[in-house]
Amino acid sequence: MAASRILGIFAHVDTTVKAIRDLRAEGVRDFTVYSPVPVEEIEAAVEEGRPVSPVRLFTLIGGLTGTLTGFALTIWSSLKWGLVTGGKPVVSIPPFVIIAFELTILLGGLSSLLAILVLGKLPSIRRSTTYDPRFTVDRFGIAVTCPAERAEAVRRCLREAGAEEVRQ
Amino acid sequence: MNQHPTRSSAVRQPTYADVNRDVIRTLWAPSPTYFGWMSVVGLILTAGILAWTWQIYIGMGAAGKRTPQNWAMYITSFVFWIGIGHAGTLISAILYLFRARWRTSIFRGAEAMTVFAVMTAGLFPLIHAGRMWFAYWLLPYPNQRYLWPNFRSPLVWDVFAISTYLTISVVFFFVGLMPDIAAVRDASTGWKKRIYGAFALGWEGTDRQWRHYRRAYGLLASLATPLVLSVHSVVSWDFAMALVPGWHSTLFAPFFVNGAIFSGFAMVLILIIPMRRLFNLYPYITDRHLDAMGKLTLVTSLILTYFYVCEAFTAWYSGEHFERASLFWKATQNYAWAFWLQYFCNSLAPLVLFSRRARTHTPTLYVVSILVLIGMWFERFNIIVPGLGHDFYPYTWGIYYPTVTDTLIVIGSFAWFFILFLGFIKVMPSVSIVEVKETLPHPVKAGHH
Repeated sequence: MAASRILGIFAHVDTTVKAIRDLRAEGVRDFTVYSPVPVEEIEAAVEEGRPVSPVRLFTLIGGLTGTLTGFALTIWSSLKWGLVTGGKPVVSIPPFVIIAFELTILLGGLSSLLAILVLGKLPSIRRSTTYDPRFTVDRFGIAVTCPAERAEAVRRCLREAGAEEVRQ
Repeated sequence: MNQHPTRSSAVRQPTYADVNRDVIRTLWAPSPTYFGWMSVVGLILTAGILAWTWQIYIGMGAAGKRTPQNWAMYITSFVFWIGIGHAGTLISAILYLFRARWRTSIFRGAEAMTVFAVMTAGLFPLIHAGRMWFAYWLLPYPNQRYLWPNFRSPLVWDVFAISTYLTISVVFFFVGLMPDIAAVRDASTGWKKRIYGAFALGWEGTDRQWRHYRRAYGLLASLATPLVLSVHSVVSWDFAMALVPGWHSTLFAPFFVNGAIFSGFAMVLILIIPMRRLFNLYPYITDRHLDAMGKLTLVTSLILTYFYVCEAFTAWYSGEHFERASLFWKATQNYAWAFWLQYFCNSLAPLVLFSRRARTHTPTLYVVSILVLIGMWFERFNIIVPGLGHDFYPYTWGIYYPTVTDTLIVIGSFAWFFILFLGFIKVMPSVSIVEVKETLPHPVKAGHH
């Protein structure tokens, strides 16, 4: 067996943050933190050195697609049959802005939802083996994947930081 | 559990586990009172559905529709319900961006209200169209002669605005619910666990999930904010783009948006006051929340009064004969009672909320909220019915009388809304578990602080 998975369960934010820092000092990179609420201290400790979440890129691309679709649909379909109504130009931009605006919001919003699902690896049918139902109540968890020979060091590290429980 | 030392005084602060327990407890088997309300609402809804069936069988004449009164109560109710939704988005998105922490315990209820109000509003164009099985004609696609919809028409803008609003509200609502559904999943067993598990989409609250989730939630809120302002503006242009006296005004967009938010706040109060009592949510929905809601209602009422003054002043000062005649007719003739009722309910009654005591006194708040809803429904009635009934040419003037059919359908729409809301509060957490926890002090190891 090459890799082992170790889970440390914590009751407090400060002990969780300490464990994350200690693990990093140990050179452990591959870990997942579970928390019932998003906590800034934990996020800051985990995010160190990671790029910013690419969700905004999804939203931007979705939004721009919406804008383009809105203008393309209205302009193209008006030109298809150049019917003049109300004495207005066939391609009348001001009212088309409304359609483009609504589609910007629509596709921007839907692609943000898509980003949560794709980037968060959802939906997933099974819970991961290190998941504990207390993680949606009031416990924090750190699941570490490491080579078997480092397992003892990781376990000690979690316990010393103040884990309530450490298990395989 | 560990308490934050600075907040140990007064009422005991709930812990994380308390929040889970208190919110999930609301999903337990309902009381007979709940079933009582459900039956009453169900009966009214049935009456509404029967009336609609009758209208489909007989035709639109059954709803009292005849020229020039072809919009009447259906479009009144459509605008009313769309407006109700706006306060929910304001509370959930705009107050989120402003980091107004008091919103946390009421925004879920307000968001649900938005989704259900838009679902109710969406029925009215279908009911009003008569042959609602041709509703797909509203979609932007060419007819058999390759003629596309006229994108210069406000009614087409409406289709885009309302369907975007419904979609984005549902997305925002669902995204907010996801971690909470996961909490319910972990607290339940058997088939319930499977159903909630399916809706939670396998949420685990990992750092990776939270990281993208938080970003996306902020972006959704920033998208919903301009959206909510645009939707009622677009609805107002259904009127303002026409030449009818009293409608053709640049004031209409802000006037409608503000009125929408005002009526929505009243509906939020009407929903959360009994919900707090029914579920004993006093530690989460406190007098502070009611006070804040009362203040917002008062502010929007004062802005609305300003718009009313502007509207009347413009009609008079413009010197435009038809504008003046329309206003004078509204204020003194057949529908004068509705006109003055609107001013009383929207401008006078909410002034009570200047008193701090009134803002935290639930019966007063309740009465004011009901009056506001009545007033705002009649505001739309006064724009549509007397507006269409008295325009340029005496030949086209006409009075509208409600019939049993359309009255039952309008009353039924309230039942439809309440049945959705009542159903929701028993199957989904009506207070956000995650966001309420976020406002509590984080659990830290005792002795270190």
